[in-house]
Amino acid sequence: MQQVFGHPASLKDVQTHFCPGCQHGTIHRLVAEAMDSFGVQDRTIGVASVGCSVFLYGYFDIDVVEAPHGRAPAVATGVKRARPDRIVFTYQGDGDLAAIGTSEIIHAANRGEAMTVIFVNNTTYGMTGGQMAPTTLPEQKTTTSPYGRDVEQAGHPIRMAELLTGLEGTAYSARVSVNSPKNILQAGRAIKKAFEMQIEGKGFAFIEVLSACPTNWGMNPLAANERVAEEMIPYFPLGVFKDNSEA
Amino acid sequence: MSKRLFVKGNEAVAMGAIEAGCRFYFGYPITTQSDIPEYISREFPKVGGTFIQAESEIASINMLLGASACGERAMTSSSSPGISLKQEGISYMAGSELPGLIVNICRSGPGLGGIDASQADYFQSVKGGGHGGYHIIVLAPGSVQEMYDLTMLAFDLSDRYRVPAMILGDSVLGQMKEAMTPHPYEPPVDLPEKDWVVTGKGAHGGQRIVKSLYLGDGELEAHNWRLHAKYAELKEKEVRYEGVGLEDAELVVTAFGSTARIAKTAIRMARDEGLRVGLLRPITVFPFPEQAFLQATETAKRVLCIELNAGQMVQDVRLSVDRDAEVFFYGRPPGAGSLPTPEELLEQIRKYYKD
Repeated sequence: MQQVFGHPASLKDVQTHFCPGCQHGTIHRLVAEAMDSFGVQDRTIGVASVGCSVFLYGYFDIDVVEAPHGRAPAVATGVKRARPDRIVFTYQGDGDLAAIGTSEIIHAANRGEAMTVIFVNNTTYGMTGGQMAPTTLPEQKTTTSPYGRDVEQAGHPIRMAELLTGLEGTAYSARVSVNSPKNILQAGRAIKKAFEMQIEGKGFAFIEVLSACPTNWGMNPLAANERVAEEMIPYFPLGVFKDNSEA
Repeated sequence: MSKRLFVKGNEAVAMGAIEAGCRFYFGYPITTQSDIPEYISREFPKVGGTFIQAESEIASINMLLGASACGERAMTSSSSPGISLKQEGISYMAGSELPGLIVNICRSGPGLGGIDASQADYFQSVKGGGHGGYHIIVLAPGSVQEMYDLTMLAFDLSDRYRVPAMILGDSVLGQMKEAMTPHPYEPPVDLPEKDWVVTGKGAHGGQRIVKSLYLGDGELEAHNWRLHAKYAELKEKEVRYEGVGLEDAELVVTAFGSTARIAKTAIRMARDEGLRVGLLRPITVFPFPEQAFLQATETAKRVLCIELNAGQMVQDVRLSVDRDAEVFFYGRPPGAGSLPTPEELLEQIRKYYKD
């Protein structure tokens, strides 16, 4: 009998530490499947950022460098320039990439660094306990916006996938979600595409993944998933914003 | 290679780095070190090097972290305010046991301060600078020749101990021109193999992780003790200093970098007057030459520490000398017009000299 589904080789067979309903595990799997599909596990170097995703070296069976908060695109730049024939990706949360690391992501994209960036947007700082992120939605309550995010005072949520699209160095930019089987399949395709862009030397590829944080949102996993569909996707539309694969 | 050249201190650093096999430079312009990225951006294409002018000092130190994690000889350079920005990355490199060269051509501060030579970054350089309780190797050249030589040495020490290394110069050393003799780099034969670098696991079998996060019970403490054992080993094996006339000295003058050059002239003038004055110039300021001070003060019971700041290295001197030796300090916080003259230092030598 032909096996049509199995555990990705790039992912270790271990339990994760993530909270119930957290979608990092799903996203990890999609990234691992992408590496498997191109057979690049042995020549991939991951760059871990801070926050809930820092432990990715415990889950991905690949070489990993850990970066300071927000600096993963700079660390990945050093790695990729030193080893241009390796596949390099960063995996960053929204506080990491859209707040403290805004400068690093914009300039790595603008230089057209041949790397893949997986950007997990759950509208909050997860590991530090649910504070307001740059992506926190208007009126969303967090531990540092207890009355709801006031856009007059705190500014508006940043749409990173669209923002990076405007840069010449960005070769691919897309936003996906993992809140439904259909969206997970689409997300998987986009992540594969982002790795393919790098393998083919097309340049900087960016995938924003909308993700649930049930624990910090104070919701059960199903309600959190519904929130992604009803509140996040309307503000952060899914889609491919730039695709230079034919260029 | 043995021809004498007339070059700037900053250029000597860049030449030494290229000769030592450094092929990755990441930096951001700031006076008074911009000759270094300028020189390297011009010369790297000829040797196949990678030069990136980063978007910030923070990005450049993290690019260095990434290239170093891949096992490459890599460097960044900056001047005081830029070095402050790099401290985050330096702490992470120290925690991740990554080698790499950081050049600080110091200017005056605090804050924006000015662009005059300064030694007020001594504490920041030798006491950790960033968070978490670590040290880096800090070499303090005193001439353009040493800017060249010590840059090579910094790469070797950094690779050997997997501790980031810093060249602690200042804008006098960086900007002045003097004769220098370049020479071929001779790699030490016993440098340990870099069996920890990330290359993609296919190149070495099992997974490799470069990290500074240790959350398991006792893991971080053990990691820190291991780091501190390396610092102890550095103190034991890698101390370098220059001693002149210490044998018969009644007064030991100590200073590092450009200040030591001015002090040398003052000491010569004092010797001409018949004063028995010696010089102890730390070349490694971390590891600090503690034993050399202890030894020098077995006979000389007076030490005069001269710095271009309000008193920083003097604390390490006090901790190092024999208990019954007296330590005096003369310094001037940096700024335009605050560079001491030899006559000024001679006056201080006379003041603290005792027959």
